[in-house]
Amino acid sequence: MHPTNRSSRILQPVKLWFVYLSLFVALGLEYIPTGRTPGLPDWVALVLAFWCVREPLAIGMGAGFAFGLLMDVGLGAAMGQHALAYVVLAYLANALARRVLWFPAWQQALHVLPLLLLAQAIMVLVRLLAGAEFPGWAYFLSSLGSALLWTPLSFLLLLPQYQPDERDDNRPI
Amino acid sequence: MPLVGHQPPPIFRRGPAPLARLFVFVALCLALLVADLRFRYLEVLRNALSVVTYPLQMAASTPADVVRNATRYFGTLVDVQLENADLRRLQLDAGERLLRFEQLEQENLHLRELLQMSERVQTKSIAADILYNAPDPFARKVILDRGTQQGVEAGLAVVDANGVIGQVTRVHPVQSEVTLLTDRNQSIPVSVVRNGVRGVLYGVGRGMLEMRHVLAEVDIQPGDRLVTSGLDGIFVPGLPVATVTRVDRDQDAFARIECEPLAAIERSVQVLVIGRAAYPPPPPPPEPAGGR
Repeated sequence: MHPTNRSSRILQPVKLWFVYLSLFVALGLEYIPTGRTPGLPDWVALVLAFWCVREPLAIGMGAGFAFGLLMDVGLGAAMGQHALAYVVLAYLANALARRVLWFPAWQQALHVLPLLLLAQAIMVLVRLLAGAEFPGWAYFLSSLGSALLWTPLSFLLLLPQYQPDERDDNRPI
Repeated sequence: MPLVGHQPPPIFRRGPAPLARLFVFVALCLALLVADLRFRYLEVLRNALSVVTYPLQMAASTPADVVRNATRYFGTLVDVQLENADLRRLQLDAGERLLRFEQLEQENLHLRELLQMSERVQTKSIAADILYNAPDPFARKVILDRGTQQGVEAGLAVVDANGVIGQVTRVHPVQSEVTLLTDRNQSIPVSVVRNGVRGVLYGVGRGMLEMRHVLAEVDIQPGDRLVTSGLDGIFVPGLPVATVTRVDRDQDAFARIECEPLAAIERSVQVLVIGRAAYPPPPPPPEPAGGR
């Protein structure tokens, strides 16, 4: 059962170091050289959107800006391109946080999909204004791939918070 | 603030309002973008931040290295035999050309001495493999497996067996980034082999090139070969670049010249990084205005 605001399950409080660790792991996944395969998810945008929805008080535009800059440096993109997209993404995800968490996981993914598409559209706009070539419509498949991963990813990222309060009460022996 | 709900009560202070923070961050990003794309000021910041990203990048590229080495290792015997036969044939061909080339080079040196011309440009070259396409989908760039440690510098030309494929634009310790000729922001000064007409070749996207700044009445025909002119002081002169495919003189004062690259720009794997061993002397200072 996916924990939403409707469910009665109470999670452990989030650990901030785990949030940043997951963002850095996403950054590492992003750096894997995959050429121009369309439809690969934007891991950092996805994880950032997840934490912005889940923990709007802890993660927001500052993290979006910092990880956007790291993406720009690592991918050789224009400085500020990913930062701008992620700042807007984080703002909107923070704003949506109270509403989205009332829905089941697949509907949460539908809420996040337009935000991810908007982030990509911002990047395309910025680069086209700077005189680059349009990368083709397949570029936007990446957001669809990200949205499909929302449910498994939210299970994975909430795993540490599923742990019971007192381990000894739940041991088989 | 309808988007974020109610204003927080004063006991839960959260700093500036989200919308204000958004505007600050967006303004900061736009400033960064302008400084980087328009003025190229941010290489220092990029280098500083790459201290963080570089170990992650190295770790992330390891699985790709493993896959590439595995495919090479498990390549079938038949493929290797075919490739071997091909290479032997090529080597015979090249050997014969090399014999003639040595003789011609001697002759050229001799003639240049007789005419008291300066020596031809000395070059240095570094062999490299193309590792993968750069991840930025908006630019046509590739990553090479040689960097500053092997002597690669920004600005050097990169060629494959048939011609120029691009220019080194950014150098890391053991890798470097090459902007291909077909990138929209890349240009290269060229001249026509047949008559020495000079121009500048620009990438126009879709794998095509266009030669600009050539007047409409200048003698250029489809089929002409273009080589680097070396006038920029960076490229080695005489490297083959492209052939002219179409010339359109109807538009205005300048001809519209479409060209096709000679090299397999988007497909080559083994390349050579070529540069001048020594840079040309700086141009003489302008004469003082009151001199004559």
